[in-house]
Amino acid sequence: MSTLTLAPAAGAPTVVAPARTAGPLATALAVAGRTTRRFVRTPQLLVVSTVTGAMFLLIFRYVFGGAIDTGPLPYVDFLVPGYVVTSVLFTGSNAASGVAEDMEAGITDRFRSLPVSRTALLAGRVAAESALLALGLAVTTALGLVVGFRPHGAVVESLAAFGLCVVFGFAFMWVFALLGLIAGNAQAAQGMALLVFPVSFVSSAMVPVDSMPGWMQPIAEHQPITVMTNAVRSLCLGDPALAGLSGSTAHWVGLSLAWTAGIVAVFAPLAVRRYRRT
Amino acid sequence: MTNSAPASAPIIEAHGLVKRFGKVEALAGLDLVAEPGRVVAILGPNGAGKTTFVRSLATLVRPDEGGLRVAGFDALRRPDQVRRAIGLAGQFAAVEEAMTGRENLRMVARLFGHDRRGAARNAAAVLDQLGLTDAGDRLVRTYSGGMRRRLDLGASLVGAPRLLLLDEPTTGLDPRSRNELWEAIRSLVAAGTDVLLTTQYLDEADQLAQRVVIVDHGRVIADGTPGELKSRAGRDVVEVRATQGDDLAPLAQALAALGVEAPRVDTGTKRVTVPVVAGRAAIADAVRVVDGLGVEVDDIGLRRPTLDEVFLTLTGRSPEAADETDETDETDETSDGRDAVVAA
Repeated sequence: MSTLTLAPAAGAPTVVAPARTAGPLATALAVAGRTTRRFVRTPQLLVVSTVTGAMFLLIFRYVFGGAIDTGPLPYVDFLVPGYVVTSVLFTGSNAASGVAEDMEAGITDRFRSLPVSRTALLAGRVAAESALLALGLAVTTALGLVVGFRPHGAVVESLAAFGLCVVFGFAFMWVFALLGLIAGNAQAAQGMALLVFPVSFVSSAMVPVDSMPGWMQPIAEHQPITVMTNAVRSLCLGDPALAGLSGSTAHWVGLSLAWTAGIVAVFAPLAVRRYRRT
Repeated sequence: MTNSAPASAPIIEAHGLVKRFGKVEALAGLDLVAEPGRVVAILGPNGAGKTTFVRSLATLVRPDEGGLRVAGFDALRRPDQVRRAIGLAGQFAAVEEAMTGRENLRMVARLFGHDRRGAARNAAAVLDQLGLTDAGDRLVRTYSGGMRRRLDLGASLVGAPRLLLLDEPTTGLDPRSRNELWEAIRSLVAAGTDVLLTTQYLDEADQLAQRVVIVDHGRVIADGTPGELKSRAGRDVVEVRATQGDDLAPLAQALAALGVEAPRVDTGTKRVTVPVVAGRAAIADAVRVVDGLGVEVDDIGLRRPTLDEVFLTLTGRSPEAADETDETDETDETSDGRDAVVAA
């Protein structure tokens, strides 16, 4: 008979089999708890990402800013909405490394060998990373305010802009989860994350698209980061025309949400499939 | 095999397992039926297919061909049932460094399906069982390598699985930590958990397993108790370590008379080894021979055959040579004359 009565002292606690299996919610929560604890207890992560973020912001605000022509709009008011949108990518790429590290360290194997929904495992991770990203975005936004950014629109619109950034972050987190799963180790993931640079910079986030060479403009104009930046910028400025944009705020917000939905619709199933794969 | 009596039904039934990764055939028709109540060790060199086999059992890899039942469930059709029956500890300590030992165990216990209280209780029990209670509330970051491995083993235990899968559980550990882990595994076995482990070390298989299955190129090439395999596959070995490299050839020649096979010379470590039949008598003879030769040596000893030697006998080539065929880009450090067979 194989009941688990473990050797040592009489009366010692014994390990018993669980009565049931964990549901998807309990699974996601357990994984999310780990991701948040890891973040909170690794101060280096917080410090490094905040310092890097602040450094780029200061460089653009005070070094490049003077050379970038945004018309009557002060550059800082142009920059910060775009900067917050791109920081979604920079923070997200760290999540890709984290996912890849787990593959390398066997943690993914351990989780996947447990009697739980693999979809819930990955969803819990993505949800936690998105929540942490929201925190990071709040810090970035605060830095923006410190260097002189002032929203021109209503408070509600600015809050909506922030909310939009969090939603973008959630969508991109699926992309980064997939990248991390494909990379399989942290170095490869960091290499793949270099893609973040062209995607961030060839957009309207830091400079007006019409200052770019002609061949580059169509790419920059239509890629999601530009659309998302335009939406956030329109909300923050209260008027798309201030940012030199045609079309209404509703147009940009709608288009950015369509992109977001598209990204989730494509990348969430791909990431889940990759994670479930045996 | 039928499942008429669940208590004695095989815990593992693998038939003709094949798994290919690109052109590499990691499993090439592996067959293994394991009865409950015995520790099974899968022994083989790197690239033999050990890890792929364990990952198949853990439902992390889907075999391309063949049948696989674990704890009575079809691993291909009902992986969810298999996952309820197994605990996996892989080649690395798969624990979260930024959490305490207790938090790690609680998290995995929750994932095994325990409620909050059950998770706390079982985490405490496992910490106790593995001698980690004192360190339980410290961050894993502060743990030694051996403690991490023990915690990793613990994480596979908090769900009280029927079958524990341990993939090279002691690789990279110092001898003391290794002994501690062996102790932990033994007490689990005593408590009735079935264990399948993989190892590259014959002594580990010897220490822990009642049944040893030698795997090479994705197939089982030998199967039996440790004693059976040793008597079939290798003999005790007299090993002499020379002080001067120049003395190796004369030593080998002189020792050839004692052995049942030609002596092997390893110029890298200045060692001559020769398989012998009567161990105790042979060591005395060896001392006399070396004495008579007037050669200075660092060490003379008698030991059991190593995996290398068992493997060499079974396959006609060394495990290093087997590795080479799998990882062709690896530089061959044995090419300087190691394992050269000296003509007697």
